[in-house]
Amino acid sequence: VVVYILKRLAQGAVTVWFIATATFVAMHTVPGDPLRAERLANAQIRANLEARYGLDKPVLEQYTIYLANMLRGDFGLSYVQQNRRVNDIIREHFPVSATLGILAMAFATVGGVLWGALTALYRNRLPDVVIMFLVILGISVPSFVVAAVSQLVLVKVNAALGTSVLPVAGWGTVWHMLVPALVLGLSTMAYLTRLMRSSMLEITTSDFVRTARAKGLPPTRIFMNHQLRNAILPVITVLGPQIALITTGGFVVELVFAIPGLGRYFVEAVHQLDYTVIMGTTTFYGAFLVFMVIVVDALYGFIDPRVALE
Amino acid sequence: MNAAEWQPRAEDFARAESRGGGQRIVRPSISYWQDAWQRLKRNPRAMISLGLIVALALFAVAGPWVWRVDPAEQDLEQISRAPSLSGSATIAEPSTWAGVTVEELPTAGSPLATGLRLAGAPTTHSVRIAWNPAAGATGYHVYRNVANPEPDRALGLPIAEIADPHRVGLEDRFDLQPVKYWYSVVALDANGQEADDYAGFTVEPKLVLSAEQAATRGLIDSASSVQIGDEVALPSHPLGTDYLGRDMLSRLMHGGRVSLFIGVVAPLLFVFFGIVYGSTAGFVGGRTDQLLMRVADFVVALPFLLFMILFRIAFGIGPGESGVFPMLVALVLLSWPSTARLVRGQVLQIRNEGYIGASRLLGAKPGYLIFRHMIPNTIGVILVTLTFEVPRVIFIEAFLSFIGMGVAPPTPSWGSMSNEGIKTMLAHPHELMFPALFISVAVLAFNLLGDGLRDALDVRLRGRE
Repeated sequence: VVVYILKRLAQGAVTVWFIATATFVAMHTVPGDPLRAERLANAQIRANLEARYGLDKPVLEQYTIYLANMLRGDFGLSYVQQNRRVNDIIREHFPVSATLGILAMAFATVGGVLWGALTALYRNRLPDVVIMFLVILGISVPSFVVAAVSQLVLVKVNAALGTSVLPVAGWGTVWHMLVPALVLGLSTMAYLTRLMRSSMLEITTSDFVRTARAKGLPPTRIFMNHQLRNAILPVITVLGPQIALITTGGFVVELVFAIPGLGRYFVEAVHQLDYTVIMGTTTFYGAFLVFMVIVVDALYGFIDPRVALE
Repeated sequence: MNAAEWQPRAEDFARAESRGGGQRIVRPSISYWQDAWQRLKRNPRAMISLGLIVALALFAVAGPWVWRVDPAEQDLEQISRAPSLSGSATIAEPSTWAGVTVEELPTAGSPLATGLRLAGAPTTHSVRIAWNPAAGATGYHVYRNVANPEPDRALGLPIAEIADPHRVGLEDRFDLQPVKYWYSVVALDANGQEADDYAGFTVEPKLVLSAEQAATRGLIDSASSVQIGDEVALPSHPLGTDYLGRDMLSRLMHGGRVSLFIGVVAPLLFVFFGIVYGSTAGFVGGRTDQLLMRVADFVVALPFLLFMILFRIAFGIGPGESGVFPMLVALVLLSWPSTARLVRGQVLQIRNEGYIGASRLLGAKPGYLIFRHMIPNTIGVILVTLTFEVPRVIFIEAFLSFIGMGVAPPTPSWGSMSNEGIKTMLAHPHELMFPALFISVAVLAFNLLGDGLRDALDVRLRGRE
């Protein structure tokens, strides 16, 4: 298992290198000049700035420096914000995004497994029909619409009750996180519900469930120990890629609910063409996602002993 | 009878007559596609979705020929109008107003401006309000909001700051629209500070035009052909207008062209590329396969949305600029691996089938094998993938346009319209809801059609039910 994890980590490192390189190449094919002329008083300032950012060197050398810095975990300085290091920006804003993401993921997984199991139990009966209708809705409605509508509803509810039940936007307390996390996790929840339902239906007709029933086990025990535990496996497999979707999907929710997360910061950096911030956050996100997929895959081996980690 | 004696006769080689009762095919045999179509027809959800998709395509492609309204034209009389079939305006001439003043200032009584009332009928030319002077006031602030100021006491736009306590009337001529306004008057105390409470009421001005305005807008032939108080018909906006007074229906049609174009063309391109890539990898096999699939793995590992945005910058598209073509390129560059993987798996499976071996023995070349056997045998799976990729791409377009990284104003797309609509969501929800509805319906229809197609085309499901 240790060898497997080490091997996966090595593969992951290569992937991260690829992401970093792709980002570097993308940023260096940008037409135009990061040090835009209007901010420069004279050629000397320009030369100084170029030296500071290493832009006076050949591209290949810049690339080596960039990689070396990245290895040391240094993403450089922001072009737009004076004296602000990209590392500080990530350190400040990423925890916000991560908190939101983890909460959304928790909502999605718990909800998805629960609803999925419920629909399978009540197959073709009212709860199934209602939940599956909501699931289709959750898959089809874009997240920004859900975000906007839930915000609208919050405003109306707050207005109707005359007090602020839940804050409409912003960040700070647990109450601020609830609605955005729910909105963010919704499409993943819908997807997991569908997955859980089909996997649950498959398990219900399997031999070992029939045997368990024949043994006279109580239905709750069959449900908990045999069905749920086996049906949950495909759900865990897709969690890794879903984390990627949720973290990047956070952009919209962060924008709509005015949450100071890294996603919103990234969009701002793109608007201001803040190259180092763009490169830094992209590589950071990429590394994070690769790492999460490895973690989920390794977890899978512990949860399902039949899967040999090789 | 021994063998030497036996002489074959001509009738021994005659064709054996069918004696009937043997194997006979009773039903007409149907091809793969006929079968799939029959299965699809039996699935009401899929058929409704197919109908919806056809309707959406007609709406976007043929709609602009029927509804010939320029999506960029601004109707300044009807900004952010709610959906309605017809609108009309009354001809009125702007008049001057002396205002309301009081000589005597009350010394005792309510410290609030009470008795808020209209002084004359409210029109979009002017809203005239008056109030009773407040005791001890040194002046008044007047605010206007398009939403209810309660419970947050958000009074809205400051309309006037009146420093003279004798003036207890106000004429508001600032950018009036025929919508409901909440006016609030706050009295100022001796230090010029606002009182804690305010008096408020709602006004809904009537849409009026002067004869000259109506003539310059082309609503009437000449200014002299109408009289004060006449009604003139305004351009009709069945789905209302947006915050710049542009016709929503027309914009939704033109936006649909952009959204559906990206949604359909991009998957076609990258699925095609994926087929070529995946079938090559699967067919050639060995080290080439390993290498090709490793490349695909790397592309899959890229954070998708971040790279969509990065490509946009790399193409030199600044914020606020539209880039439909770069978006297509970026989508193709980032989305092909999933199809490639799928096709490769299918090809690997088919490669070992008996009929491929037979075909090879008969001298078939690789190109023939791929195009005659492999692709036709995977086309069902590919078609299903294609149907599921369309809503995904529509979503991505909407998502990127929404955060301002895709199709930018003034080019309409359903995503960019949502982006504009969300800013006025509280006051005019229709500007967000219509594009959002179209995105949702399109995505829903393609998803359900994909489900139906999968059931209809999946060979493994045959003979079950």
